[in-house]
Amino acid sequence: MTRFIDTGLARRQKVLAEELAQEFGEQGCKIKYEFGEVTIEIPKDRLIGVAVRLRDDPDFHFELLIDACGVDYSDYGKSEWATGEASFTGFGRGVEMDKQVPPEADGEQRFAVVYHLLSIANNTRLRMRVFVSEDEPIVDSVTSIWVSAEWYEREAFDLFGILFNGHQDLRRILTDYGFVGHPFRKDFPLEGHVEMRYDAEKSRVVYEPVSIQSRTLVPKVIRNDNRYQGSAKQSQDPADA
Amino acid sequence: MPEIRNYTLNFGPQHPAAHGVLRLVLEMDGEVIERADPHIGLLHRATEKLAESKPYNQSIPYMDRFDYVSMMCNEHGYVMALERLLGVEVPERALYIRTMFDEITRLMNHLMWLGTHGLDIGAMTMFLYTFREREDLLDCYEAVSGARMHAAYYRVGGVYRDLPDQMPKYENNKFRSDKEIAKKNEVREGSLLDFIEDFTRRFPPLVDEYETLLTDNRIWKQRTVGIGVVSPERALQMGFTGAMLRGSGIAWDLRKKQPYAAYRKMDFDIPIGHNGDCYDRYLVRVEEMRQSNRIIKQCVDWLRNNPGPVIVSDHKIAPPNRVDMKEGMEGLIHHFKLFTEGYCTPPGEVYAAVEAPKGEFGCYIISDGANKPYRLKVRAPGFAHLAAMNEMVSGHMLADVVAVIGTMDIVFGEVDR
Repeated sequence: MTRFIDTGLARRQKVLAEELAQEFGEQGCKIKYEFGEVTIEIPKDRLIGVAVRLRDDPDFHFELLIDACGVDYSDYGKSEWATGEASFTGFGRGVEMDKQVPPEADGEQRFAVVYHLLSIANNTRLRMRVFVSEDEPIVDSVTSIWVSAEWYEREAFDLFGILFNGHQDLRRILTDYGFVGHPFRKDFPLEGHVEMRYDAEKSRVVYEPVSIQSRTLVPKVIRNDNRYQGSAKQSQDPADA
Repeated sequence: MPEIRNYTLNFGPQHPAAHGVLRLVLEMDGEVIERADPHIGLLHRATEKLAESKPYNQSIPYMDRFDYVSMMCNEHGYVMALERLLGVEVPERALYIRTMFDEITRLMNHLMWLGTHGLDIGAMTMFLYTFREREDLLDCYEAVSGARMHAAYYRVGGVYRDLPDQMPKYENNKFRSDKEIAKKNEVREGSLLDFIEDFTRRFPPLVDEYETLLTDNRIWKQRTVGIGVVSPERALQMGFTGAMLRGSGIAWDLRKKQPYAAYRKMDFDIPIGHNGDCYDRYLVRVEEMRQSNRIIKQCVDWLRNNPGPVIVSDHKIAPPNRVDMKEGMEGLIHHFKLFTEGYCTPPGEVYAAVEAPKGEFGCYIISDGANKPYRLKVRAPGFAHLAAMNEMVSGHMLADVVAVIGTMDIVFGEVDR
């Protein structure tokens, strides 16, 4: 429609990454260009200013907030099971459930909120990420910029316990009425804490501690695969194809 | 003198027009809605969390269960994200098969939508008509994957298998006469492609039939024209995609703007609305059915003339064929490793989106280099649409709520995830 007419999406994304680096590089934002997608990491206190620019500046014009979600990075890069040790006797199909999420590593921030933006005028996409710490998981709400953020922020609050400063109606959205905890955090067990059934004697629904235990059937294997190191990644850049 | 005051009305979650498990708390002033507060999550299954504990391939069947009336489109979004992460080139035939089945899915979804939308606001017959055609499309799913709904047909690197040479047929039974069954089996004598081609010939007159029933129908117009009007600016603000956005007059379709699969080579048009009301969105979707039919026709023609592989030959990602697995050591090892451990992806994050029948369906995958996703987030179109409920129904009558739910094309599998 506007600047880009016949060029491909990957090409536009690359140009966008360069423009973003020029525009926001000095404000402490980090710009990454990977797999043909652009990510901008924004310091927490600059989120609103940068977001308004991204929406209103005709160079960016991200008028559509496609998605926003929370991420818990506390388990990132940790395998459940060292498969190298299990090769002699074969491996058992169960794993002890003693996995503890270690306390936050030095300076690393546990949570992030990831926003996906789409520009209809320029036909580009952008991912914004804001890191927040576990002690103070509060981000400024972008509902004043994109109304559609309202439910997405409620969802991130519900599932991760991230709070949004300035959100008008921060209630739980997906979980049950009266639910305790934030289920998508990595330290929340997959099977949950309580189960529910109808008790015929009391003739009402009762909650009880869970009776099932989850098993890891397939270990999470983390490898540093040679195929994905160094030059292999560069050649995947769709803009060069 | 009776006291007049506002009162609160619970709509659903067991109301037939709530399309599943929507609980809508309505604040009413007489029969006029003042505020609508949708309570969702009654179908929340934490699929995204489940996916974090499973190898990538085992989550494909979960995708069918998000938007359970447009199954293959959801799978498409997921496998596309993984293919981008892995840097896999999909064989061309697989791209055409995916395009064809995406459009078959779109027809299925729109037929379901048209039938239930009609049923909700008084056009009972539509339901019977559209489900007649939907049955044929479900047969296509069955022929290709063995399952009528939850197909799990798309795989990373292609599709599970090539199109079959035979269609499943009706068997003689005591509920129908042999003559009737023979008639039903007539079009099922040839291959799947023959059946689909026959369908594309039969389908346009049937759409005319639906339109005869509805488009100029006085009652239909009274129920939909001017109801739930959304301006283009508000549609963007509220994160609308798909037919909801196009109904408001914004020509945005990922199949054209950010083409994937074989859409680049397809000849089709994007209908847009003008007023942004329920009637325009109805017209847009009906026209989309005609356009989908065109795309399917083009895919059938191409697929007839271009045999080839339908999945990549890299056995780190796709399983080897049965003969190699039974007779060759290497094939056996590949098979064993793939099904016990899966494959590792490079660390990084991708977001891939497809134009699902309801709007933009996207998968956001964060990988830490393991054989399981570190985080999977599904962007469901219905979630953003339902969030706009309050704005769309405020000031309308109670009966219009049903029309607005219908026009949003809500399915709770994807809203609640």
